[in-house]
Amino acid sequence: MGVEVNGHTVETDEEGYLVKLDDWNPEVAKAMAALEALTLTEPHWEVLHFLRGYYDEYQIAPTVRVLTKAIGRKLGPDKGNSKYLYGLFPKGPAKQACKYAGLPKPTGCR
Amino acid sequence: MPSSPPTKRFLCVNRKAPHGTGYAAEALEAVLMTAAFDQRLSLAFLDDGVYQLVQGQDTSDIGLKHFSATFKALGDFDVRTVYVDVESLEARGLTPSDLLPLHYEDEADDWAVKDLIQWVTRAQLAEIMDAQDVVLSF
Amino acid sequence: MAMLHIVNQSPFERDSLASCLTLSLPGAGILLIEDAVVAVRTGSRVAEDLLAAMTDRHIYALGPDLDARGIARDTILPGIRCVDYAGFVQLTTEHNTLQSWL
Repeated sequence: MGVEVNGHTVETDEEGYLVKLDDWNPEVAKAMAALEALTLTEPHWEVLHFLRGYYDEYQIAPTVRVLTKAIGRKLGPDKGNSKYLYGLFPKGPAKQACKYAGLPKPTGCR
Repeated sequence: MPSSPPTKRFLCVNRKAPHGTGYAAEALEAVLMTAAFDQRLSLAFLDDGVYQLVQGQDTSDIGLKHFSATFKALGDFDVRTVYVDVESLEARGLTPSDLLPLHYEDEADDWAVKDLIQWVTRAQLAEIMDAQDVVLSF
Repeated sequence: MAMLHIVNQSPFERDSLASCLTLSLPGAGILLIEDAVVAVRTGSRVAEDLLAAMTDRHIYALGPDLDARGIARDTILPGIRCVDYAGFVQLTTEHNTLQSWL
C-alpha cells in the first residue's frame, strides 16, 4: 500500500499509516487527506503540528482525551473539545489526524 | 461527558532493565492501555526496573525505540504516582538525581506542576502492593 | 485473603525470589512454580531464607514441576506444601490479588 506524492509512492500500512515515520512531509499529509476528500486548512495544521511536536517529545501519540485537553490549553478552550476536533477530522481526531501527521496508530485507539 | 468513577486500583510493577528484554516496553504499553480505560493506575520501579528511569538513555545505535521519553507523558494519561524503591537505587550505585524528573500538571490546582515520583523503601512498597486490586507484573 | 505471590525463576539465576521474600507481607502465600521449585531442596543456599519466611507466610511448590526436575518429596524443606494443578487454581481463587515475580 502507499500514497502518491509528487509522482512517487510513499509506503503505508493497510490502514494508511506511514510505515517509515521519516517519510513524512507536509505534501504527504495533503496527499493522505486528499485520498479521504479532505482539504487541510490552517486549523488542521495546528493540530498536526501539535501531534508531531508531542510525538517528538514523548515518542507516543496522545489519546483523544489527551489531545483534546492539550489542544484546549494550547489553542484556547473553544478548540479544546471533541466537537471542534471531530469537525476538523470527521473520522476521529486521533485516528485521522495522527495518520496525516505521520504518527503510528495511537494506543487504545480502535 | 461524565465518566464513571474508577473502580479498581492498578499497580504496574517494573523489575526489568529496559532494553535487554521486551518486558519494559510491554509494561509501558499495558500502562497506556489501562489508562485509556480510566482506571486508578500507579507504577512501581524496583530491582533492575529502576534502570528504565535513568536519564540520558540513547538507543539510537541499538536500533530500539527510546521509550523512556514516554514516561514523561504519564501525567497526561492521569497517572499521579510513580513509586521508586530507594533501596534498589542504592544497591546499583544510583541516586534520585540520576533518574528522569517526572511531573504532572494538576488541572484541579491551576495546572500546578507536581512530582510524580514518590521515593519509597521496600517495606513501604510491600504495603503499597498489598493495597492494590490488580497488580500487573513485568 | 491476602496476596498470592507466584515465582517462576530459579533463585540461583535471578533475584525474583529474594525480592518476593522481602516484599511479601505476613499472611501472604508464595507459590513456587517452574524453575523456582529448585529453591525448596534441603540444604540449598536459599533454604534459610525460606524457613524464615515460613514463620509468617505460607510457601507452596507445584508438584509436577518438582517431579519434572527430579526433586523427591523427602528432600524438600519441612513446611513447604506441595500442590497439584487443581491446588494451584484453588490458591489463585483463595487470594484477593496475584503478583508474579518474573
